[in-house]
Amino acid sequence: MNIVNQLQRQFIDFSTSLHREGFVDDQFTQLQKLQDENSPDFVVEVVSLFFEDCEKLINNMARALEQTQGVDFKQVDASVHQLKGSSSSIGAMRVKNACIAFRSFCEAQNREGCLRCLQQVTHEYSLLKNKLQTLFTLEQQILAAGGSIPVVD
Amino acid sequence: MGLKLQQSQHQHHSVAVKVNEQTGTKRGYTFIQANRAWLPKFLLLWVMVMAFLSTWIYKKMDADIKVRRKEVLSSMCDERARMLQDQFSVSVNHVHALAILISTFHYYKNPSAIDQETFAEYTARTAFERPLLSGVAYAERVVHSERGEFEKQHGWTIKTMQREPSPVRDEYAPVILSQETVSYIESLDMMSGEEDRENILRARATGKAVLTSPFRLLGSHHLGVVLTFPVYKSKLPTRPTVEERIEATAGYLGGAFDVESLVENLLGQLAGKQAILVNVYDITNSSDHLIMYGHQNQDGDLALLYESKLDFGDPFRKHTMICRYQQKAPTSWTALTTAFLFFVICLLVGYILYGAAIHIVKVEDDFHEMQELKVRAEAADVAKSQFLATVSHEIRTPMNGILGMLALLLDTDLSSTQRDYAQTAQVCGKALIALINEVLDRAKIEAGKLEMETVPFDLRSILDDVLSLFSEKSRNKGVELAVFVSDKVPEMVMGDPGRFRQIITNLVGNSVKFTERGHIFVKVHLAENTKPVVDAKVETCLNGGSDGGVPISDAHQFKTLSGYEAADERNGWDSFKHLVSYEESRYDASINMTVPGETSQSVTLMVSVEDTGIGIPLIAQDRVFMPFMQADSSTSRNYGGTGIGLSITKCLVELMGGHISFVSRPQVGSTFTFTADFGRCKKASFNDTKKSNTEDLPSSFRGLKAIVVDRKPVRAAVTRYHLKRLGMLAEVAGSVKIAASACGKNGSSCGSKIQPDIILVEKDLWLSVEDGGLSLRMLDWKQNGHAFKLPKMVLLATNITNVELEKAKAAGFVDTVIMKPMRASMVAACLQQVLGIGNKKQAGKDVQNGSLRSLLCGKKILVVDDNMVNRRVAAGALKKFGAAVECAESGKVALKLLQIPHSFDACFMDIQMPEMDGFEATRQIRMMESQANEQMNGGGIDKGFTRKGEWHVPILAMTADVIHATYDECLKCGMDGYVSKPFEEENLYQAVTKFFKV
Repeated sequence: MNIVNQLQRQFIDFSTSLHREGFVDDQFTQLQKLQDENSPDFVVEVVSLFFEDCEKLINNMARALEQTQGVDFKQVDASVHQLKGSSSSIGAMRVKNACIAFRSFCEAQNREGCLRCLQQVTHEYSLLKNKLQTLFTLEQQILAAGGSIPVVD
Repeated sequence: MGLKLQQSQHQHHSVAVKVNEQTGTKRGYTFIQANRAWLPKFLLLWVMVMAFLSTWIYKKMDADIKVRRKEVLSSMCDERARMLQDQFSVSVNHVHALAILISTFHYYKNPSAIDQETFAEYTARTAFERPLLSGVAYAERVVHSERGEFEKQHGWTIKTMQREPSPVRDEYAPVILSQETVSYIESLDMMSGEEDRENILRARATGKAVLTSPFRLLGSHHLGVVLTFPVYKSKLPTRPTVEERIEATAGYLGGAFDVESLVENLLGQLAGKQAILVNVYDITNSSDHLIMYGHQNQDGDLALLYESKLDFGDPFRKHTMICRYQQKAPTSWTALTTAFLFFVICLLVGYILYGAAIHIVKVEDDFHEMQELKVRAEAADVAKSQFLATVSHEIRTPMNGILGMLALLLDTDLSSTQRDYAQTAQVCGKALIALINEVLDRAKIEAGKLEMETVPFDLRSILDDVLSLFSEKSRNKGVELAVFVSDKVPEMVMGDPGRFRQIITNLVGNSVKFTERGHIFVKVHLAENTKPVVDAKVETCLNGGSDGGVPISDAHQFKTLSGYEAADERNGWDSFKHLVSYEESRYDASINMTVPGETSQSVTLMVSVEDTGIGIPLIAQDRVFMPFMQADSSTSRNYGGTGIGLSITKCLVELMGGHISFVSRPQVGSTFTFTADFGRCKKASFNDTKKSNTEDLPSSFRGLKAIVVDRKPVRAAVTRYHLKRLGMLAEVAGSVKIAASACGKNGSSCGSKIQPDIILVEKDLWLSVEDGGLSLRMLDWKQNGHAFKLPKMVLLATNITNVELEKAKAAGFVDTVIMKPMRASMVAACLQQVLGIGNKKQAGKDVQNGSLRSLLCGKKILVVDDNMVNRRVAAGALKKFGAAVECAESGKVALKLLQIPHSFDACFMDIQMPEMDGFEATRQIRMMESQANEQMNGGGIDKGFTRKGEWHVPILAMTADVIHATYDECLKCGMDGYVSKPFEEENLYQAVTKFFKV
């Protein structure tokens, strides 16, 4: 029980830090609330969907921005829009914010700015991925220890 | 967002086009305007024409004058000629008579009766008869054969004109008789002069008087003519021949006409002799005119001559008289002046016309300029509206964030105070959004495009909301803010809640702005109730205004909410009491508001907002409702604001079928009163709409009893009204003593009329003298063993300090203070805390959650979104409520899935999607459905699986920006509503309820 408690506390601390540092917002909490007996892996499922989507989009954008001339900003913009939509859906706040900046550079057709933003988005994305993976590992550990996942407000 | 931007750009463009069109069409050219370049030329032409005309006038007048001058000349000339002729012929006649005299007395008498002496005597005496003749003489015809005898008889020889003895000739004509004046010609042979000889021969041949051509007379050297008459010896036969005449000739009578002096005399007798010059010519020889009279030198006016014929009785000789003016024709000043004046007048007229035309052109130019400016101003107005629209949109986006966060906050576990704060914040935020919409409506009002909604709404909760908007402000100022709604006013009415809120917000906002002390009191009752109120007022006045059990400690206090004087006395307690009691009786008699008159479709409410502010200066009162007019310029400096609020309020009130008026006394306060027509709610729709409307009041207080301790009856009535809304029974007591005694009495004698659960005490009452007594009473109670049923003591306050709070706690009050302005929901929250009644709100929310589940459970829903993650989240959320969810990643796939027949109950559609966006997809789906419906109706087959016999799948837009324009666009393309993304439960519930009625 001690381990479970410890794990639970760790979980709570970690997710509050995630909130505090702005990696995720309330939407993520909402998402966690949606998970119940009927769909036990809902969050993991959605998040991995998001990561897949994210990787694909980032690759797309990187390829589009590789061209030194005649960058298809429309396509990049569409990808960023997609990314922004999905990140706001799962509540990945920092990714979303990076996307907002990205879009303004897209509209200005600023390749330099776009590349910088892409870098930032990639950075945020990998950070978030690490953090969430840690979170999910913690979850699994709690479950494995026979505890229940505490609700974080 | 991009779409919106494009739209607005398009609008800009269309505005610009409109401006151009307007400037194009409005330039109506008048004749003058069209020919403006020609104006100076017109003027020049006019001047030239007028100059020509005046010259013509001058010429004409001049010609007239000349004609007249000529006429004068001719008449004068004729007159002279005629006179000359007459005088001449008189003289000739006389010479004729003399000739006859000679023939009679010299030849027929024998011896002759006439000798030289007699002749000289006679002619001298008759000289006056011949004024024109210088003298007469008689020459006898002497043939050469008789010459010697003749010379012997007379004693002299015949001489020639040169006074020499005459040479031998055939015939002689020596003068034998002569007038004295010409005696020098006696014995001269007349035949020796060439002129005379010719004359003599012509005279004896014709037997008539003949004239010589003019020549210098011997004596006077004047120009003259000689007249010769033949004298015959015997009587001539009738029609004698020339030979017979010559044969019968005895001699010749001659007279010399001194024409020069003759004419001189004659002209001297006539007027105007200076004016004209007269010349008389002998024109017998037409090539050589011989002058008889006048100067040969050509002076005088040679331009104008007049010729008159003269007939001196000698057919052989022709004479003429030529007249001319002495002076040249004078310049005709009349003609000149007339013409000149005419020209000047015409010039002036022309200039005036030109000036007028120039002025017209200028005015028209100005007009066009103004028109252009007006168009530009209107364009600016449109731009302003667009700016407002854009800005309010930009404000709304973050506001949505704020509201969303508040909604999330409310879902967490909060203490009731926190919950109330959060709710207030949420309500205020919603009100702000609504206000932003109202800003847009101002533009609509200005364009006259405002439309009134007709939806059922709860008037009381709107009033509560508005009051809570201003609660902070009024609390800071220490102004009491209260609302009272008559029980007769239906709970739900049909109307436009937004507009109603706007009116109330405007009026209350104004009042709050201008009130520093006292109160602001909103009162709503039925318009038909006002009559009995007025009657009541009269009644109470007659009764001397006795108030029963209300003690008045301060004589200067007025019986209003706060004790300050109000502008409109009708709102005082006197009438208000009557209203309350009147309603009470009605209310008791007919519970559940089955008031008579409910059968009528509409209800007219009278709302009054009373304040004790600075009032409106008398001079400004008549322009209160004019836009942008404030009482004076210092007002906006001191209090801010644009002054548009009241004008909009007036518009809105009039749109609601009412009218607004006010009573205001400077330094006392103002009372704005308006009426408005609302529809009554039908019972059926009543229950439906109630749920979706603003928060329900908890029902857990029903049947609780309370005593309100307040000395001010109006305020007490307000408190009671709020408690009543919670279903509580309330009594009013004038002081704590009365309340306590009532409790005590009731406690001891168990036949209680009222056993209070709560005692509500006004702060200012408690702070006055009685506080000591109060705690004593409470202690008494406790000791008497009533503690088990000890009523909770709650303090009512507008503002309270910490010290006072501590003191209140010590006096036995619970630590929750009900802060004013009171609202039913807030009172409920406080009482929940005081009484420890469970948090019903949470339960209520669960119920809502549950109801959402019940609505969605088993429904098949299609989620269309291109974003995989979004899709998954939306699906997850909907699944949680028990719906069966299917997903589509694009509009095309959705179209395929929604091919008729399908089994979906609803569709959630993302708007921004590549290839086919949500709008387009919806449009196509609707088209498909209408085709299917037509076919079905045409075939007349009622298929079992179609609901209502028509295909219409509810489509809800999912969008991140919840703005008006997007919503309008949604409705336009056939969507049924929209939900914000990510889903908010409340929002989802509201949107979904419309379609899935249980």
